[in-house]
Amino acid sequence: MEQETLLSVKDLTIHYITDDGVMKAVNGISFDLKKGETLGLVGETGAGKTTTALGIMRLVPDPPGKIVSGEILWNGKNLLKVGKLGMRAIRGKEISMIFQDPMTSLNPVMTVGAQLSEVIRIHEKLSRADAAIRAGEMLELVGIPSERMDEYPHQFSGGMKQRVVIAMALACNPLMIIADEPTTALDVTIQAQVLDLMRSLREKFGTATLMITHDLGVVAEICDRVAIIYAGQIVEQGTLEEIYENTKHPYTKGLFASLPDMSSKAHRLHPIKGLMPDPANLPSGCPFHPRCDHARPECARRTPVRTEVTPSHFVNCLLYE
Amino acid sequence: MLRYVIRRLLTMIPILLGVTIIIFTMMYFTPGDPARMILGDEASEETVQELREELGLTGSFFERYWDYLSGILRGDLGTSYTTRLPVTEEIAARFPVTFRIACLVCLFSICVGIPAGIISAIRQYSILDYVVTIGAMLGICMPNFWLALLLILFFSVFLGILPPSGLYGWTSYIMPVLSISAATLATITRMTRSSMLEVIRADYIRTARAKGQSERLVIVRHALKNALIPIITVIGFQFANGLSGAVVNEQIFAIPGIGKMMVDAIRARNYPLVQGGTLVIALTYSILNLIIDLIYAFVDPRIKTQYARAKKTRKHAKPAEQLPQEVA
Repeated sequence: MEQETLLSVKDLTIHYITDDGVMKAVNGISFDLKKGETLGLVGETGAGKTTTALGIMRLVPDPPGKIVSGEILWNGKNLLKVGKLGMRAIRGKEISMIFQDPMTSLNPVMTVGAQLSEVIRIHEKLSRADAAIRAGEMLELVGIPSERMDEYPHQFSGGMKQRVVIAMALACNPLMIIADEPTTALDVTIQAQVLDLMRSLREKFGTATLMITHDLGVVAEICDRVAIIYAGQIVEQGTLEEIYENTKHPYTKGLFASLPDMSSKAHRLHPIKGLMPDPANLPSGCPFHPRCDHARPECARRTPVRTEVTPSHFVNCLLYE
Repeated sequence: MLRYVIRRLLTMIPILLGVTIIIFTMMYFTPGDPARMILGDEASEETVQELREELGLTGSFFERYWDYLSGILRGDLGTSYTTRLPVTEEIAARFPVTFRIACLVCLFSICVGIPAGIISAIRQYSILDYVVTIGAMLGICMPNFWLALLLILFFSVFLGILPPSGLYGWTSYIMPVLSISAATLATITRMTRSSMLEVIRADYIRTARAKGQSERLVIVRHALKNALIPIITVIGFQFANGLSGAVVNEQIFAIPGIGKMMVDAIRARNYPLVQGGTLVIALTYSILNLIIDLIYAFVDPRIKTQYARAKKTRKHAKPAEQLPQEVA
C-alpha cells in the first residue's frame, strides 16, 4: 500500500557555531515519513536527534544554531523557506512536539488548563470558555480528570505531566507529532503506560509520529520504521523487521549487542568500545570507523554513500557498497 | 493564607521590640546632653537639671527604657525636645513625603527598568543590550548625591525650570525622584536582564514556542511571570532603601521628609524623635517584607502551596530559600 509522503527531510545539515569551533550536530540527514506512520529515530546521546527535531520545528536556538543546508518538505512545502508567521501557524497545529522532560517542559506558574487552552486558542477561533471545555476533554482523553484543570504542574506526578504534554500536543489534531524521548525521564512502569497511551491515540487519530529515542525497546514497541543515527548521519534505515532481523551496519549491530540479553549466559554486557566523536572534530571518512570492528583503511578515506539492501532498507557502510 | 499572615504579623512583635532595645541603648550611650543643648551654654546648672528631670533624663537605664516602652504601648512616642510637639505628629507630617517619593521612585524604576531589562535579555549582545548594561552600570556606580547636584546644576541653575530645593508642588518631586531612581532603576534593570536570560532558556519557553505562540506573548505570558520572583525581591529591597536611604537626598533638596527629620533630630540629640523615626522605619520595613512575601504567593503557585503547607506542619516557617531575610 502506497501512502502519501507527509514529511521529507533531504540532506539536512545543522551546525552550532560557537567560539570554540563549529559543532557539526546534523550532517546531511535524509528520511521520509508517510501519513500515519511511526518512524523511530534512534541514536546515542549527542547523535543529533533532538537537533533534527528542533530543525523540523525551526526551533533550533539561533545563535548559535544554524540550518546550513537541506530541505524539509512538509506536504510538499519547504519549511526552511516559510516565514515566521507561517511557521507559527504550523507549530502546534500541523506538527506538534512532545519534549523529553515533562518536569521542565510545562510552565510552573500557569495552570495546566490554561496551558492546554492556550494552544487551542492560538490555532482555533474559540472563546475562552469553549477552549477550556476542549482542554478538559483533552485531559480526560489522556486519563486525567478534567477537574484538575485548575491545578498547577507541581501538583502532578511526572507521568501525569507527560500526559498533559501529550494532551497539549494532540489538542489541535496535528498531522504529525515529534516525540523527543517522551519516556526517558519516566520510570519503567510509567513508561509503559505512556507508550500505551501514545499507541492508542495514534490508532485513534492516525497521527504520524517521529519517535526520537535511544531505547531500542521503545522502538520495537511502537515504530513501523527505524532510522539509526550516528554523529549526525543516518547510518541505517529500514522497516522494523529489517532493522531487527537483518541488521547490516556494524553500529546497529553494536547497539543490539550492547542490550542485556536474559537468555544468554554472558556475565558482562558488550558495549561498543570508544565514545561518540566530538561533533566539533569529526573523524574523516565514515564517522564510525574509529570504533568499528570491521574498519578497513579505506573507511578513513571515503565517506560511505547510501546503499540499498532492499527497496526499503538502506545502509551507509563501505562493507555493503 | 490568613493564618500565615497573622503568624507573620505576630513575629513582627519581637522584631520591633528588638529595634526599640537597640535604638534606645544607642541613644542612651550617645555622648551629649540634650537639656544642655536646648538651653545653651549660658544656662545655669540648676535650670539644666530641672529640664533634665522634666524630659525624664534622670532615671536609670531600665527605668527610662520602661517609660519609653510603656509609652509606645499607649501609642505615645514621646515629645520632640525641639518643637515640643508629640513625636507621632511630627512623623505623621513628615512620613508621607518620604513615602510618596519612595513610591514614585519605585514606580518609575519598574516602568523603565523591567522593559529595559527584558529588551536587554532578548537582544543579548546587541548594541541595545550594551547601552542598557552600561547605563545600568553607571546608575549603580554613581553616588546619588552627586547625581542630585548635577541635576540641580542643570535643571535649576542652567535651565532654571525646576526648583532646586524645598517642596512646592509636584515639580519639586522630579529631581529627588530622578536622583534616587538611578541606583534603583539600574538594580531592577540588571536583575530583570539576568533573570530573563535564565528563564528564556527554559524548556517551557521552548514548549510555548512549539505551540505556535507569538514571540511577544512567549516573553510576556510565559517568561516574565517566571522571571518576576527575583525582580520582586529586588523591588522590595529598593523600596525599603528608598525610605531610609533618602536621607542624603532629602538633605540636598531640603525636603521635609523623614530622612531630613532624622538627621536634624540626631544633631539636636532629640532622642524621642530619633527613636520614633527608627521605629516607624523598622515597622514599614517589616510590613513591606510581608507584602512582598504575599506577592510571591500570588505570582508563584508553588510558594502558595508552601505557605499553605507551613500552616499545617509549622516546620517550614520560611517558605523558600529565595525569600529575603527579615530586615530589622
